[in-house]
Amino acid sequence: MTIRRAGEHALLVETGSTAVAHRLDALLRADRPEHVEDIVPGQETVLVVAPDADQERLESRLAGLLASAEAAGSQEAGTPVGTVEIPVVYDGADLESVAALTGLGVDEVIALHAGSEFVVGWLGFAPGFAYLLGLDPRLHVPRLDAPRTSVPPGSVAIAGPYSAVYPSASPGGWRLLGRTDLRVWDVAADPPAKLPPGTRVRFVP
Amino acid sequence: MIEIVSPGPYATVQDLGRPGYAHLGVPRSGAADAPSLCLANRLVGNPESAAGIELTFGGAVLRFGDSAWIALTGAPCPVEADRRPAGMCAPVWVPQGVTLRVGAPREGLRTYVAVRGGIAVEPVLDSRSTDSLSGLGPPALRAGTVLPVGDAEQQTAIRVDSAVQSPFSSCPSVRLVLGPRADWFATDAAGALAAGPYEVATETNRVGVRLRGTTLERAREGEIPSEGMPLGAVQVPPDGRPIVFLADHPTTGGYPVIGVVAARDVPVVAQLRPGDRLWFRPVPGRGVRT
Repeated sequence: MTIRRAGEHALLVETGSTAVAHRLDALLRADRPEHVEDIVPGQETVLVVAPDADQERLESRLAGLLASAEAAGSQEAGTPVGTVEIPVVYDGADLESVAALTGLGVDEVIALHAGSEFVVGWLGFAPGFAYLLGLDPRLHVPRLDAPRTSVPPGSVAIAGPYSAVYPSASPGGWRLLGRTDLRVWDVAADPPAKLPPGTRVRFVP
Repeated sequence: MIEIVSPGPYATVQDLGRPGYAHLGVPRSGAADAPSLCLANRLVGNPESAAGIELTFGGAVLRFGDSAWIALTGAPCPVEADRRPAGMCAPVWVPQGVTLRVGAPREGLRTYVAVRGGIAVEPVLDSRSTDSLSGLGPPALRAGTVLPVGDAEQQTAIRVDSAVQSPFSSCPSVRLVLGPRADWFATDAAGALAAGPYEVATETNRVGVRLRGTTLERAREGEIPSEGMPLGAVQVPPDGRPIVFLADHPTTGGYPVIGVVAARDVPVVAQLRPGDRLWFRPVPGRGVRT
């Protein structure tokens, strides 16, 4: 495991796995080191942004926390942030194309998506856009060749090894399976994102 | 209040942005040249974090519905208040009803207008900044936009007549802390980066500055598993042409970051216009712990 400098004000901790990244994220949030402004989990990393911190001291602190996060890794479950059930109407525009690409029936596509146990890996692309890990490998399909110019908020979609719920209207190249009324992003809520890193997610037809 | 008669090529409300929400996919945003906004705020007795107006290539016309103390900093523009010349980097008293005309900057790209009391649009996630990437915050300014100004009674007294702003360069030297993914590039990539100047491309905005120059050769193919991106990150897409991330940069990304622009040089990059050039001066990223 490695801690890399990411400029003068940030350190990038390589965790080797998403689970260790989530545990390190949780440890940092529970006992936030001085001057830390942002803690950004990635797929196998945590970026720690702390413009006013002594980077050397922060680095040794992170090394200690990383060791704890890895030690906890031998136990299975870790520290899930919580579980969110997302009600879905499976009537997406790309159900047929996903069925054709995977050689499955539409019913099987729905059953496999709703049967997958997801965990939020990290957020990006747009505020509240959570990359959900855990999609059944039989549903791994490429993005659309030409992205849609506008995907409505609440669209439930898949691409590659990921699933996601579009938090707001945006262009998008993922394949649409359905939609939900659950708002995963609301600037008036605290926290504004319903699916922070580490959240377990199930889709319920 | 201030009425935008014309915003010029592009203008937004900016404060110091939304740090602290990056893990939820919320860009930092805020003034691209933050020290210039802070200076403008200090000149009118505001807290440095007050919201002001960020002009791109000047060219704005603002009508003041109420009298106000204002200050302009950043890219130096000719300024007139009802046809009387006004200075940059100094508190300027603008009587009620006066129209302020900001011309095109002689050098630099972004000019800041601070108003005593601050621009008082409704904050979103603790900030009044327009985030051009995610759409958070108020929309970009248009002709007819009316901006409320905050209460100035709590502000400190104006104590300064004028300030000196560091000079602009259209070919600055920019320090680049190598890493975190310099090892994804050919061994001489740092040398290639420093070997000649890069030119700022026209596809340049608050998200990032695209550069034209020596392409950087990868030692490895593919993408990095998505990871957090810091301000000033120099991300290199497969075409080998670096992009410097500015305030509205995405929070995570999969292209390797060869280096991160030193904090004090990020505002320098934010003031470069298309066609300007910069020299990277790589400095090693110390203390890689394994």
